[in-house]
Amino acid sequence: MLALADVAFAYGERRVVGGVSLGAERGEIVCVIGPNGAGKTTLLRLAAGLLAPAAGSVRVRDEDPFRAPRRALAKTLAYLPQEYILEFPFTVAEVVLMGRYAHRPPLALETETDRRLAADAMRRCDVLALEDRRFDALSGGERRRALLAQAFCQAADLILLDEPTASLDPAHALAIFHILEDETRRRRACAVAVTHDLNLAARFADRVVLLDGGRATAVGPPGEVLSSDAASTAFGVALRVGALPSGTPFVIPEERT
Amino acid sequence: MTRRRLALVVAACGGAFVAAAALALLLGAGADGRLAILDLRRALGETGQEAQIFFLSRLPRAVAAAIAGAGLAAAGATYQALLRNPLAEPYTLGVSSGAALGAVLAIRLGLETVLGTAAVPLLAFAGSLAAIGLIWRLAAIGTARPPATLLLAGLTLAFLCSAATMLVLYTASFHESYRIIRWLMGGLDWVPTADLVRSGAVVAVGLGALVYIARDLNALAAGADAAASVGVPVNRVVGIGFVAASLTVGAVIAFSGPIGFVGIIVPHILRALWGPDHRALLPACILGGAAFVLVADTVARTLLAPQQIPVGVVTALLGGPFFLSLLRARKLR
Repeated sequence: MLALADVAFAYGERRVVGGVSLGAERGEIVCVIGPNGAGKTTLLRLAAGLLAPAAGSVRVRDEDPFRAPRRALAKTLAYLPQEYILEFPFTVAEVVLMGRYAHRPPLALETETDRRLAADAMRRCDVLALEDRRFDALSGGERRRALLAQAFCQAADLILLDEPTASLDPAHALAIFHILEDETRRRRACAVAVTHDLNLAARFADRVVLLDGGRATAVGPPGEVLSSDAASTAFGVALRVGALPSGTPFVIPEERT
Repeated sequence: MTRRRLALVVAACGGAFVAAAALALLLGAGADGRLAILDLRRALGETGQEAQIFFLSRLPRAVAAAIAGAGLAAAGATYQALLRNPLAEPYTLGVSSGAALGAVLAIRLGLETVLGTAAVPLLAFAGSLAAIGLIWRLAAIGTARPPATLLLAGLTLAFLCSAATMLVLYTASFHESYRIIRWLMGGLDWVPTADLVRSGAVVAVGLGALVYIARDLNALAAGADAAASVGVPVNRVVGIGFVAASLTVGAVIAFSGPIGFVGIIVPHILRALWGPDHRALLPACILGGAAFVLVADTVARTLLAPQQIPVGVVTALLGGPFFLSLLRARKLR
């Protein structure tokens, strides 16, 4: 579904991603973790075709997303940016329905199907009650959930999310990962999420990619990557991974001795 | 956006347009110079004074006002969407100032002896396109054009063009300076039919292109990345939007002179009434902008009748305070 091979990128002289390879398949949740400034967002933007790599190749279904026509690509790939500042007073429903634009020709209005899919996505992300409110008047967490609804109603097979649970309360954060699980298991979509929520990554990710200084220093099952030496080097603290009696894993950072 | 809502918006703004057109066509100074309502049956039926006023004065002027208003309002809404800045409009982008410099040069250099009566509108048109082309190149950082940079480049160019215009004006003869000042005030009192046809055709093409990208402008409200990820070909849409809006503004200024603030007042009022969705906002701006300038021009003709004030003065006197109140409201929010 998504294949990055030896991808590098630099802003001017500053190299932010240096030779990262990464694959993600249908039915999979891949979490990208790493300290601030490790190049996570840049990597995700490269995968979304919003940046052209300086070296290496990015393929979404065997196609270069940077060169692909955006409208066709949007039916395959949905991307949730980290920052989303809306300049005009659109309502929540209007913002969510933007996720359906790619499915209709430029001059067409939304159909009943579009509205049903949008309502469905809003219900799943718990923003249906807010649908007529102004998007820019919502709280940070509510905005995040509305944008997730937009991404989900885009009905894309590859979903790229940049910190989907940032500023969400625990219940909503958990609910979002349950939706991701549902999308990947039931609909056979593929989700790649950049996240700082290590507990949710440990619980839901099929694979975790650790990014440090623009390089992938560990890739594998969450338990292995999180308790690796590479993780403690990257974060500067040791990560202690345990499990509750129910089997749900948890991650606690601790000073290195 | 539902079909029903779109129809409602178009019907409401269409109603306003028809009412404004009726007002502009029927109200004004009569044959004796006093304010009167024109008798439409006599105007349409005879070849007398009423018919002359109607066909030779009021009708062409109303058509000019409608084209100017439709073009300026829709272009203003488009600039605001493209730059993600509700205060953007032809004035703040230097497009109007570029056009003014072109027109002033045409008058000062006596180009009418070479190019005929089309000289002033032609150079105004060229000036507006040169301005937007220059801003487009100056504001580029790599392949991106951050809105703030574009706006600053536009404002700087506007000041530069104003200074150049002032310099030309200073060196002009008495007769030339009168014409230049008159042009700079913006007016619709005598627009040759040939100019109207030429500009009308360009405006029609420009407005068509803007309506075509209306939906993409919605997505751009959240920035280039967000728009691209819902399937908007960002670079192409921004290109089409800028070229179409600037051609439209250039074509309008070419025959009307700079008429300020239409591009900011009309979109703001309509956005407050009907919401920000450009699929309704742009048609609403076309009809509502036409209605606004028709009314403003009627005020310009009748306020001191039989004396006339330039319509640009009326829109600026209305628009200046409006613009400032918007600035203040944004600061307080």
